[in-house]
Amino acid sequence: MAEPFRSFTSKVVPLHAENVDTDQVVPARYLKITDKAGLAEVLFRDWRFNEDGTLKDPPFVLDQPGMAGRNFLLVGDNFGTGSSREHAPWALQAWGIRAVISTGFADIFRGNALKNGVVPVVVDPATHARLFTMIDANPDAELTFDLAEQGILLPDGTTIDFDIDPFAKLMLIRGTDEMGYLLDKLPAIEAWESAHPGRVDTRPEAAATG
Amino acid sequence: MSGDRSFPPRTLVEKIWDAHVVAEDPGAPTILAVDLHLVHEVTSPQAFTGLRQRGLTVRHPERTVATADHSVPTTPRGLPFLDPMAAAQVQQLDTNCREFGIPLHGIGDPSQGIVHVIGPQLGLTQPGMTIVCGDSHTSTHGAFGALAFGIGTSEVEMVLATQTLLQRRPMTYEVRVDGTLAPGVGAKDIILALIARIGVAGGTGHVFEYRGEAIRALTMEQRMTICNMSIEGGARAGLIAPDETTFAYLKGRPHAPQGAAWDEAVAYWRTLPTDEGATYDKSIVIDASALEPMVTYGTNPGMGIPISGRVPDPAAAGDPAHGRALEKALAYMDLTPGQAILGQAVDVVFIGSCTNGRISDLRLAAAALKGQHVADTVRMMIVPGSDEVKREAEAEGLDEIFRAAGAEWREAGCSMCIAMNGDQLKPGQYAVSTSNRNFEGRQGKGGRTFLASPLTAAASAIAGVVADPRLLPGIEAASGIGGR
Ligand code: SF4
Repeated sequence: MAEPFRSFTSKVVPLHAENVDTDQVVPARYLKITDKAGLAEVLFRDWRFNEDGTLKDPPFVLDQPGMAGRNFLLVGDNFGTGSSREHAPWALQAWGIRAVISTGFADIFRGNALKNGVVPVVVDPATHARLFTMIDANPDAELTFDLAEQGILLPDGTTIDFDIDPFAKLMLIRGTDEMGYLLDKLPAIEAWESAHPGRVDTRPEAAATG
Repeated sequence: MSGDRSFPPRTLVEKIWDAHVVAEDPGAPTILAVDLHLVHEVTSPQAFTGLRQRGLTVRHPERTVATADHSVPTTPRGLPFLDPMAAAQVQQLDTNCREFGIPLHGIGDPSQGIVHVIGPQLGLTQPGMTIVCGDSHTSTHGAFGALAFGIGTSEVEMVLATQTLLQRRPMTYEVRVDGTLAPGVGAKDIILALIARIGVAGGTGHVFEYRGEAIRALTMEQRMTICNMSIEGGARAGLIAPDETTFAYLKGRPHAPQGAAWDEAVAYWRTLPTDEGATYDKSIVIDASALEPMVTYGTNPGMGIPISGRVPDPAAAGDPAHGRALEKALAYMDLTPGQAILGQAVDVVFIGSCTNGRISDLRLAAAALKGQHVADTVRMMIVPGSDEVKREAEAEGLDEIFRAAGAEWREAGCSMCIAMNGDQLKPGQYAVSTSNRNFEGRQGKGGRTFLASPLTAAASAIAGVVADPRLLPGIEAASGIGGR
């Protein structure tokens, strides 16, 4: 499926906003697609564009000079709340984001992101503040992301360590996905099911009438 | 078994979890069996595409059920879709369900409706189950003592193919609600008060279990309102242990067990409540007697205050990041720090959604609106949560009350909760809404949302401004209006 996740070096997109919900990442009116096309263009759509489709003035951070192609998103506390839409990590990934750094992530977003080559990196509040100060002072600072070592190397030579679910890490490094793993487990699933009959039958003919 | 002393005491969540563990490899997440998978048009198309690409089938179509709710118009059903993309998406769901043999309650089916309204209504949602859907408000089904949570589209594909999911065991969070609610204060106010207290990230990594006398006193529909918004408190799921209220709601529903199977099921369900002595990772106590009607003023559901309260001042926020977030929210909402929320002008009132679009919600609204008229400056939309709720409301004559009051009575769907179907605010408009999210643009680009209960919404529609439902005539009687 996916490509193996490799280390990368990139500048950072800083986004000073807390509790960013997935309705901001991809507004609901763009969820009428039946594929994954065009999502990079609608990433943070309503923070980037005016009613008439022109860019905001001053432009939103993604549209500022030199931001295109950056792979890190540094964002305020508790990113990805709200809707379960996987369109959010799809859009981030399509734009080029490969790691999001915050003090916390909503549970569903975290799981969705990891399945799409976008690594949610949780840092403590002091480190978070230090990163923002550093990027605000030097917007072109380059960071190096090392998944195997679970570290982000800063220009001053120090490293920020981060935690990641070991299973998710393995999937990313191998470029495989959970579906493959589950399909390999079908014998165990079959055995379990034969001992545990279904609890409900959704078919209309199974419904009691009257 | 709960009476079996050889096990350490367990919580409701732990019992359900343990009963669904298929396998666990060292270092890997648990393979968790899924009893019921709900599907809707917005988060499923790419999952079906994935199945086709891999040459897979749906493992248990008879444990899967679909409906079209998010992008469907709520104009009369005979009218065509105005939006070709929405039409194509609903058509795609139809094609996918046909091809993979999944029962679909689509447009025109008497059981169509919001996915979290129809599951319980059909008796598909039952205690002790694991239930998932590509939708964060799947937490609603926790009202029945089911472990129910939202998943992403990749996970939808995995559940379709294997009827299982890879999950890490969640932590548990006890939410005890003591005391008795005052007239005019309801389930919506309990959950908004909880989220205002713990914040939108308060429950991250946890599953709520709501308990206590105020929870026990609630009907099933009120319990659903509370569990529905667990996700707004950061918890993927929120459960309430099943009891006689649960069983009475379920008995006789189309997909509930019948005859001897019913007795067997009830006997099992009675073993589910948390054992005495079981512990939670976190706990909070809320005094229901002290609650007022709640309303949000900001751009996330944690920004809520008692209705008699004042909009907070960013300058007084202790933490700078928090102050900045508040400032941004108030700028978007165009509200002034320290202003009262009561009396704030309103353009639109929306009653509906999987939070408050059930028959008892509509009965409350009707009790408030009977013999009254919606203010001239207000557009009021009332959208039933399902086709069945619509029929029931019409059989009770509620639609007549709504129309006579000057409100719009529409077809079932998500409607202005998510504003995907053309039902939306204009930029700058204010709405009092019984839905669950007040995010920027959630109800239409540039729209501003005050989340509140159906009673507060109805009182505000009449007044044309945010209004206190406790001042409605006959509020004591209206508060006694029950339901299931
Ligand atoms: S009513 Fe709103 S919250 Fe509920 S399922 Fe529909 S869009 Fe989601």
